[in-house]
Amino acid sequence: MSILVNTNTKVICQGITGSAGAFHTKGCLEYGTKMVGGVTPGKGGTKDANGLPVFNTVAESVAATGANATMIFVRPPFAADAILEAADAGIALIVCITEGIPVIDMTKVKQALEMPANKGVRLIGPNCPGVITPGECKIGIMPGYIHTPVSKSAKKKGVGIISRSGTLTYEAVWQTSSLGLGQSTCVGIGGDPVRGTGFIDCLALFSADPETHGIVMIGEIGGTDEEQAAAYIKANVKKPVTAFIAGRTAPPGRRMGHAGAIISGGEGGAESKLAALRGAGCHIAESPADLGSTMAKALGV
Amino acid sequence: MNIHEYQARELLAKFGVPVPAGIVVSTPDEAAKAFDTLKAQGVTLAVVKAQVYAGGRGKGGGVKLVRSADEARTVAQNILSKPLVTPQTGPKGVKVAKLLVASGVEIAKEYYLAMAVDRASGAPVLIASSEGGVEIEEVAHKNPKAIIREVVNPLTGLMPYQARKIAYRLGFTGEQIKGAVKIMTQLTELFLKSDASLAEINPLVVTKPTDKSPDGTVVAIDAKINFDDNALFRQPAIAAMADPLEEDPSEAKAHKFNLSYIKLDGNIGCLVNGAGLAMATMDLIKLHGAEPANFLDVGGSASEEAVTEAFRIILDDPNVKGVLVNIFGGIAKCDTIARAIITAAKQVGFKVPLVVRLEGTNVDAARKLLADAQADIPTMQVGSDLTDAAKKITSAIKKA
Repeated sequence: MSILVNTNTKVICQGITGSAGAFHTKGCLEYGTKMVGGVTPGKGGTKDANGLPVFNTVAESVAATGANATMIFVRPPFAADAILEAADAGIALIVCITEGIPVIDMTKVKQALEMPANKGVRLIGPNCPGVITPGECKIGIMPGYIHTPVSKSAKKKGVGIISRSGTLTYEAVWQTSSLGLGQSTCVGIGGDPVRGTGFIDCLALFSADPETHGIVMIGEIGGTDEEQAAAYIKANVKKPVTAFIAGRTAPPGRRMGHAGAIISGGEGGAESKLAALRGAGCHIAESPADLGSTMAKALGV
Repeated sequence: MNIHEYQARELLAKFGVPVPAGIVVSTPDEAAKAFDTLKAQGVTLAVVKAQVYAGGRGKGGGVKLVRSADEARTVAQNILSKPLVTPQTGPKGVKVAKLLVASGVEIAKEYYLAMAVDRASGAPVLIASSEGGVEIEEVAHKNPKAIIREVVNPLTGLMPYQARKIAYRLGFTGEQIKGAVKIMTQLTELFLKSDASLAEINPLVVTKPTDKSPDGTVVAIDAKINFDDNALFRQPAIAAMADPLEEDPSEAKAHKFNLSYIKLDGNIGCLVNGAGLAMATMDLIKLHGAEPANFLDVGGSASEEAVTEAFRIILDDPNVKGVLVNIFGGIAKCDTIARAIITAAKQVGFKVPLVVRLEGTNVDAARKLLADAQADIPTMQVGSDLTDAAKKITSAIKKA
């Protein structure tokens, strides 16, 4: 089992003929993802370098391929439009990789996704590495080879990973794989202040997934999502949760790379997040080097 | 992106928010002349304000009341002559190049009004308080009930009923209601149309009653507006307002190469890919008893040239006594980083200890490249994992 994506996930790429879209479509295909086509307005009827059909609209691509997920590489000025086009076409899982979308655009997207017609649509990202269920389906830019399917792991235990950071996710994957653990699914929720799926949604999904034995949650400074996640964990999550917060040494008022990583208005500091997570019974990794070992210890392996 | 107060006032005025008259000057003589111009409009009291991005200007002596042209000249001379130190500038302070000479206002009561993005609801939010003139964080801490938050649907903007509700709750009466509603509506408009990330009026004031306006009028005295960097591509007029004098030169240089760099006070430079890993690497350095000299995310698609430039920026910082490279190759390829290290060694030279930890895409090729170059880069060590790398760099700078 896994969450969000599996062998039945059929994926299109919006922005498939752009350089990033083309590069990562190939990467996902090579990993074994069921990539079924792509969308670039004006290039409908052509084929991409891998022989996948290109469509003018998402609706056409869904009608022709039965796609149920999309991976968006559309440039920031047009990304909000791409997300809502996918929702309108009935795509259930929208993974937006694009970094640099204006936050006002995302607030509008959020409102639009609340409309009844879009019930059942899930957005992951933006500004995220994507989602992967090892051995089954990779939607995004993560290096596939570091991941381990739970069935092939030495300890036959799976961890679910939720993270606001791409490279720290890879770090958690690498460390857990090295210790003989597998990953059920890894979800990069993205580094922007306004995004789709958050920690709590993923915690709920992982809690219900039998193949997920423990959860690694990687937060960072900015906002109060980790505090809210901590309250949720305390009340609802029975599986062991390992947590790490990046940015303990970040100065207030400065944006640390990610648009959402900023301590401002006396809010968003690492210590408050760590205190909340500790209070919720999470196993805190003090160092980014201890993500895997803290999880392994909590799982008793 | 930040702008100066005088620019924020201009923008507010453009959106129809009343602000008292003000003139921007850069010399003491201009300040005296500005006072005379305001005097001709009937102003008897003016305020001279240093135009720097940092807050807390009043505490640092950057805001002074003046009652004559001569006084304006003396005060201007004083502020312009030395760096302004405020609680937000650090001990060295910042250079003041421009002053705002603004008409003084007889204040009856001060309020706080701001638009920001509420991350929890993913929507814009109007924040208001009847306790204005002090930092909102202070109000939030001492009297959180005094803060009103109203989530705004970005598709409709602020509805009039929302503005009225807040105006009544803030205690405005009579003609003040209309004034406050208009300011809230226009501030929201400005926020949404200009892609602001924060638009704050503090204080918003009600002036003392006069014969002409027995309820007083509602005006914006001081304003701070920040913008969403991601939206500057469609806000060229706002992008043009940036003051290059306010940007750290090394950060500006990094920006040109699409590197995300923030200078800090420690002595271990770090070069990392990914914002989260870059922050975590800073934390790791601290955990091992040293302090990071910078935040640096080279990004996923960094070229060899950009990474070489990144090393140049790090090594230009005289505080840097050692460099830690931490790369987890995903889109970024380890061999690109290795080649950049070798180029940087040739072009810039690593006189300080260098510890490199590489993992991920093309790591074997990268390790071979570095092993072959070891003789040419004697200060280089390879870290086998994160902890090993952190230990090696912290002990290397202790020895040096």
